[in-house]
Formats: sequence, C-alpha cells, structure tokens
Amino acid sequence: MANKEDILAGLAEIVNEETGLETEEVQLDKNFTDDLDIDSISMMTIVVNAEEKFDVKIPDEEVKNLKTVQDAVDFIANAS
Amino acid sequence: MTRKAVITGLGATSPIGGDVETMWANALAGTSGARPIEKDWVQEYDLPVTFAAQLTNDPKEVLSRVEARRMDPTTQMGLVAAREAWAHSGISTDDIDTDRLAVAFGTGVGGVWTLLDSWDNLRERGPRRVLPMTVPMLMPNGAAAAISMDLSARGGAMTTVSACASGTEAMDNARRLIETGQADVVVTGGAEAAIHPLPIAGFAAMQALSKRNDDPQAASRPYDVDRDGFVLGEGAGALVIESEEHARARGAEIYAVLAGSAVTSDAYHITAPEPEGLGASRALRAAMASDDIELTDVVHVNAHATSTPVGDRPEYVAMKTVFGDHLDDILVSATKSQTGHLLGASGALEAIFTVLSLYHRKTPVTINLDNPDPDIPMNVVHGKPGELPSGDIAALSNSFGFGGHNSVVAFRSY
Repeated sequence: MANKEDILAGLAEIVNEETGLETEEVQLDKNFTDDLDIDSISMMTIVVNAEEKFDVKIPDEEVKNLKTVQDAVDFIANAS
Repeated sequence: MTRKAVITGLGATSPIGGDVETMWANALAGTSGARPIEKDWVQEYDLPVTFAAQLTNDPKEVLSRVEARRMDPTTQMGLVAAREAWAHSGISTDDIDTDRLAVAFGTGVGGVWTLLDSWDNLRERGPRRVLPMTVPMLMPNGAAAAISMDLSARGGAMTTVSACASGTEAMDNARRLIETGQADVVVTGGAEAAIHPLPIAGFAAMQALSKRNDDPQAASRPYDVDRDGFVLGEGAGALVIESEEHARARGAEIYAVLAGSAVTSDAYHITAPEPEGLGASRALRAAMASDDIELTDVVHVNAHATSTPVGDRPEYVAMKTVFGDHLDDILVSATKSQTGHLLGASGALEAIFTVLSLYHRKTPVTINLDNPDPDIPMNVVHGKPGELPSGDIAALSNSFGFGGHNSVVAFRSY
C-alpha cells in the first residue's frame, strides 16, 4: 500500500500538470470543484493520470464520490 | 450607406517569423522558411518528403503550459496570432460591446495532430487513455472558439473550411459582418498545423509536394520553370477588422480598407484548377465589383502561386483575362516561395502581406525565381522589394483550394 503522503504529493503533481495550480495548494481538505475550480473534464484527466501513476482502477461511477483531495487520497490508498 | 471595413490590427506566427514585424522584415529581404523536419517519424515512415516550412517560434513559448495542453497546435497558433493582432489594434475589451465582437476564422484540416495521436492512444493503450479533451481539441472550430473565449467575443465565432481558400473566405465573412452592421469588430484569419506524416504522405501521393529534399530552401519556386510542387507550411495569421466609424471614434491607426471580397466555385474537378481560370476570374471581378474598384486602381496582387507545375498558370490565365494589358503594370508577389503553403492559414498570412504592402508601399519578394516560366509572363517581384505608387491604390490577394474553391479579397489604401 502506498504511503498517503506520497499519494498526496503525486496527486498534487498531476493536478499541477493539468491545471497549473501550485502543488502546495493541493491540500487534503480542499474540494476539487469549489476550492480548486477543477471542472469535470479536468477531473477525468486527473483520474486517468492517477490510475496510471498509482496503478489502481478508479471506476467512473466512483469519481463523483471523490469530492475532496482527502477522498481521492483515501480511495487510492485503499485500492492500491 | 454601406459601412466600411478597415484593418486596425495584425498578428502572425509563421515559418519566417513569430510576429508580424519579424515576418514582414524577412518577407522584404527574401527568406526561406523551409528546413528539414528533425523528427524520428520522417525516417520511421520513410517519407518521400523530409522537409517543411516550420514555425520559427513554438507557440508554447507564448502560451501557458496549461493553455497549451488543452489545445491542438492549430488552435495554439491561431490564438497566438489573434492575441498579437488584438494587442496591435489597441482595443480593450472593456471599451467595446462584446456582443458585437465576432470571430471569423478558417482552417483546412483542423486538429489533425490530436485526431491521430488519440487514435494511436486508443489502439495502443485502450479507450481509457483517450483524453476527455480529445473531441474539443480536434474539432476544426477549435481556434475560433478559443479566440472567442479569450477575447469575450460574443457576436458569433464562425469557421470556414474550404481547403487552401479557408483563410481568405473567412475574411469574406468578416467583411460582410461589418458592412451589414452585424458586428463592430471581427477578428479574422486562419490557422493550420498539418506538418504530420499523414498529410505529408497524402499530399506526396498525389504528387503535390516538392521532393527537393537535398535543397529545401530552393524547393518553393512559384513561376520558375523548375518548380516541382509546394512546400507544406504551418502557422496562423489574424487581422482585426472593424467598421471605419468604430475605428475612428477611438482614434485607431488604420492600415488599409477591406474593400471587397468574393467566393466562387469551379464545379469542375476535386483537385485540378479549371484550366481557363474561369472560376478564379469570376472571383477576381466580383471582389473588385463589391467596391467599384477599377482595374487600373489595382497595382499589386499577392498571388496564390503554390509552386505546383499545374497550379500556377491557371491563376495567371485568370488574371490576364480580367486585367488584360494592365496586368503588365501590376506587381505580383508569390510569398509562398518564402513561407511555404500554410493551407487554410495561407490566405490570412497573404492578406497581412497585402495590407502591409499598401501601408508601406513596398511589396515582398518572390524568391527562387531563377528561370521564369515563359508561359507565365507577369511582372513578378523578385531580387528586391517592389515599390508601389503614392495616392489611392488597391491590391488583391487570391486563394484557391481543393474542391474548386476560389476566394479573392480586395484592399484599398487608406
């Protein structure tokens, strides 16, 4: 199982690559839509890149439950 | 009274300069933008043509990384050109009614890189790796949409697709939007990024491309007896066009008047131009007639002249039919000798050259014209820039495309 700190750091890099947001802004309590202004198309790109980076599967129906960065980190940690 | 459409801003990214000032200086000096393609795929596919007229400046130098990631190269180039033209015009979006600001752009193929990269991803890595932005990136209206969003242009964002006539046909739309009062300001032009192995293989298969691989800079040679095809180019050109009233009210510098334009179709052959130039001559006459331009007002033509053995002469025949003996007094420039053929963006670049020729009273040179084709007896500017007379003058820019598309724009000095 991947360390949650590493997952957060990796996720922050993916978000930065897609949106240009600084990696420090990607914090656990941030909501992807309301705080980080990430739209559904960017979210899908982030999800696909996260699947590749962490070697996990994130089903499409699961994506709507990943509201915060914490949700995503937890899901990836449990799935890997 | 019809409103007059005037040019107040120019922008470009091209194989002979990443901005209009550089491009214009190179066009007067005579500069080839052709060079070998330094990509693995040239050898990988054993392409019969190994060079192209490539951009001098990567759009990613200007756009942010995130912007560039979501745009096909066609859109990137179009946006770079549009932003330069907009800045050049000096218009602030805050000062205008953006419901009356429109975009009229053109492209020949649209997002061919995105389309084919995504196809590779699908086949090699499966549907999950086809990115969600694939469809909006490959659509041919991508550049018009991106420019519209960037400038908050809410008066319509249209895209013309008529092969190599697209950029000029887009200006025909722009003129009508202004003259009919539907818009106060239009950002018009064209963008093309098709230096990809598939278009190269396709154009080469139809024997349209020069195969002068050992000497790329000499390959694009319109009107020369040894011309053997066009040189594929890439880039974008953009022009800000507004009503004269609107431009004068804000004290803008006016570079020329987009006085007339016309579009005709050959209905003859899918790729070959009609040999008597009938469709082209109708477009020339109609473009001049739309502003009562007299034959003798026309002192300069930026020709379509792609450097193909079959294409260059019918354009001459059309011009001879229309101008008769006055053709001897017209300075003709074939700037594709320098820029290569930017397909759907070529008309936009050539309109910029034509506008600047009227403004500076100097015309670009045609390079590589070592042995003029005796069957095309025209006054082709080569060796040094042509000098245009003072006073009220007019100039034309021609574009023709596969499908029998003919489009001509007519500019007057201001």
